[in-house]
Amino acid sequence: MTVPKRIGKIRFGLISPQEFRKMSVVKIITADTYDDDGFPIEMGLMDPRLGVIDPGLRCRSCGGRPGECPGHFGHIDLIAPVIHVGFAKLIRKVLRAICRDCSRLMLKENEKNMYLGQIQELERLGQMTDDTVNKVFSEARKNKTCPYCGAPQKDIKFERPLSYIEDGHKLTASDIRDRFEMIPDDDIQVMGMNPATARPEWIILTVLPVPPVTMRPSITLESGQRSEDDLTHKLVDIIRINQRFQENREAGAPQLIIEDLWELLQYHVTTFLDNTVSGVPPARHRSGRPLKTLSQRLKGKEGRFRGSLSGKRVNFSARTVISPDPNLSIGEVGVPMEIAMELSVPMIANVRNMEIVKTFVRRGPDRHPGVNYATRPDQRRVKVTEKNCEEVAEQIDVGWKIDRQLADGDIVLFNRQPSLHRMSIMSHRVKVMPYKTFRLNPAVCPPYNADFDGDEMNMHVPQTEEARAEAEILMRVQENILSPRFGGPIIGGIHDYVTGSFLLTHGRKPIDRRGVMELLKKFDISELPEPEGVADGQPYWTGKQVFSLVLPRGLDLSFKADFCYNCDVCKGADCENDAFVVIVDGQLLKGTIDAEAIGAFKGKITDRIIKEYSPSVASDFLDRMTLLALRGIMHEGFSFGIDDEDIPQAAVDQIEETTRTAREKSRQLIAAYNAGELEPLPGRTLDETLEMRIMQTLGKARDMAGKIAGRHLGLDNSGVVMAVSGARGSMLNLTQMAACVGQQSVRGERIMRGYAGRTLPHFRPGDLGAEAHGFVESSYKGGLNPTEFFFHAIGGREGLVDTAIRTSQSGYLQRRLVNALQDLEVRYDGTVKETRGMIVQFQYGEDGVDASRRDYASTDNVKRIIKSVLKKESA
Amino acid sequence: MTKFAVKDHEMVPEHVLLTPEESAEVLKGFNIVAPQLPKIHVNDPAAKEIDAKVGDVIKVIRKSATAKHSIFYRLVID
Repeated sequence: MTVPKRIGKIRFGLISPQEFRKMSVVKIITADTYDDDGFPIEMGLMDPRLGVIDPGLRCRSCGGRPGECPGHFGHIDLIAPVIHVGFAKLIRKVLRAICRDCSRLMLKENEKNMYLGQIQELERLGQMTDDTVNKVFSEARKNKTCPYCGAPQKDIKFERPLSYIEDGHKLTASDIRDRFEMIPDDDIQVMGMNPATARPEWIILTVLPVPPVTMRPSITLESGQRSEDDLTHKLVDIIRINQRFQENREAGAPQLIIEDLWELLQYHVTTFLDNTVSGVPPARHRSGRPLKTLSQRLKGKEGRFRGSLSGKRVNFSARTVISPDPNLSIGEVGVPMEIAMELSVPMIANVRNMEIVKTFVRRGPDRHPGVNYATRPDQRRVKVTEKNCEEVAEQIDVGWKIDRQLADGDIVLFNRQPSLHRMSIMSHRVKVMPYKTFRLNPAVCPPYNADFDGDEMNMHVPQTEEARAEAEILMRVQENILSPRFGGPIIGGIHDYVTGSFLLTHGRKPIDRRGVMELLKKFDISELPEPEGVADGQPYWTGKQVFSLVLPRGLDLSFKADFCYNCDVCKGADCENDAFVVIVDGQLLKGTIDAEAIGAFKGKITDRIIKEYSPSVASDFLDRMTLLALRGIMHEGFSFGIDDEDIPQAAVDQIEETTRTAREKSRQLIAAYNAGELEPLPGRTLDETLEMRIMQTLGKARDMAGKIAGRHLGLDNSGVVMAVSGARGSMLNLTQMAACVGQQSVRGERIMRGYAGRTLPHFRPGDLGAEAHGFVESSYKGGLNPTEFFFHAIGGREGLVDTAIRTSQSGYLQRRLVNALQDLEVRYDGTVKETRGMIVQFQYGEDGVDASRRDYASTDNVKRIIKSVLKKESA
Repeated sequence: MTKFAVKDHEMVPEHVLLTPEESAEVLKGFNIVAPQLPKIHVNDPAAKEIDAKVGDVIKVIRKSATAKHSIFYRLVID
């Protein structure tokens, strides 16, 4: 492998009028575009030598057809020179630095040599010369008389946008050009320019290049009327004024009129280049819309760089709102019929599929799955309609290509922005459905970070076999269950899935035959396991047994559940809280299935299944688990209401007592502080110590209140079930609702801002007490008093501002990282190389490990391997 | 001013100068040519200390958080 050739140098400069003329194929003199018969007028703005856009014609300059001919520049000879807006500031600098008489740079010979030396050294080192060049201009400006001819210099005032006023007289563009022309080559070099590629007088335009028609195509409206591009409109203006200017000047019109016309020409050329110059009213279309001229085409989000080169619009894609459908597999996507009938997959007719292809064509475009277009072997496209479908079907032969409508089982890419990691684009199988939203299983929300509050997602249909193969092998949802970010499953149960499996598997509640059948309604299970026992003469089963039915055979696993209380001594399998999960041979013997077992980002069971079986077994498990979990939540019934936040009056009193003592204690602390009896903590001032102690006291009070409330909120409370199982929310959220909201803070401190010495007029200046600095004693259920509410709003606002700032900052960081790393590639030999083949890492990540393929080492793994080997041997 | 050896510093990884045979073997092992290697300047203090010449290949043995030791090769350039 050789290191490829590189671009050695790119040089930027100015184009000279000679060069403009040299590259021009035609001089434009008339402002008219087409004659009465609709033919382009020669030497007009649509001259056929400027390139072709109409199909069927050939370019008069290069003979190319539309699409082949890149277009050719023409030129307009401007009657009087005009200033190029983009260089207005440079003109000012140069004007002030050169002598108004002899046009020499007003620096002494030795100074010039010194600066020239500096500039050349910087260029040799490949560094920016801007600072030195600016120094040259500012030094040269300081001279009040020319060091060469001794002429006194006058101040040149610059008036935005384009006026240079010397001694009360406006300098015309020709005056400026005359001065620039006289600057010696040596002086130009000291100004940081190369006289061979950029002479200052070239900034003043005498010739205007006319862009080829290919970059300003006219559109024919339905009425047959032609509508010209904005650029063409602008060029028409320029030519008209140019002509009028010439006529007036030749007729010897008064100076005043000449000056007006000159200004008008300057205006048109300025807006042709940039229509957003401040101080110049933007040129407008007849309708009042500002014209989109040259610099507007390039600038900004929808400009050529960001809009057309970095990002483009694509065909074969769809976008709509998403909604959940738990009946779909995680690898499926529900596609609205309307979208399915618009998008298509190409199919090439051959001997084997001829009849299938013909059947599709016969269905026409209106009966899904039909055909929208058929392409003949000679690449002519035929639109298939209800009327001609039979006819087209008869013509179909080997080599025809049809665009078959999207149907069930097709593979598509599904994406939600922002595409922050590779799981943001995954391939799904199509399931065509009624209604107008994309449907997806809620279990695949975490990788996309999607929810259903109005999120929209995009879908792309791969059009080639290669693309489909790649989508199927690398991008399927199943292949992306394990995240390369942390090596664990990113897809798994969320919200109700977790709650459902928790309710189903917690404890050993008996479920009768009817209940079991109801739970297994959606499954193809025909035989029930041995009943756990018999009660009242009826056999009963447990949720654990039912859950075992979705586990693959041979799965052995044990771990602590999410709601494990972290007792001092773990009793393991004998856990009395049913928080230690034991699975033997695919049977859930002990423990409760919660977020730790099946949840997204945790999912111990999912993880083990992928690593010990395969991603498709895991995907199957997730499908069945989600179905069962929803049945489980429905079996038990689940709701949360305002009365779930109720706690007994005795507990309310107790909480009040706690907060009262806390307030009292902080009052004592303040008293001690005022009396000077408070001992500062090491490394803290007295004030800080007081703050910390008060925060501590109040924090403890909140925890205490939470604990009291928690005693009355057991597993019969649905909020607790959600918090404990890891489905949603936390015990803190619940205690804030039921018992006490607690201290509000700004930047980790009690709220101190507001008036001088106090937060609100409700308090005395200097009050350091709990309620004066944002301690919210009430619960959300009980309601906050006005001051508490205000403090809560302060704390809440801080949270919002933080997230807003964090997202923008992390987004920018991500963008820069991705831009820097996007071309790096892990090769088959484990090295990381960039596009030129230069090595970046000799072993990926220095250890060559794919985080999603490793099994995090623990003694448990060794034991498991030994066990599995022994089992094989005994068998 | 006290002179000290850069290589004795804890934060400086071990630099080993490879013989031409060894470096040829490294290049063959990775199926690359020398310019594809990461570079090190001749005037780099660590390179100077082991008397590396332009065109030599230096083996750098670094401590790695993921793999204990990781081996990098660098081509000496000027």
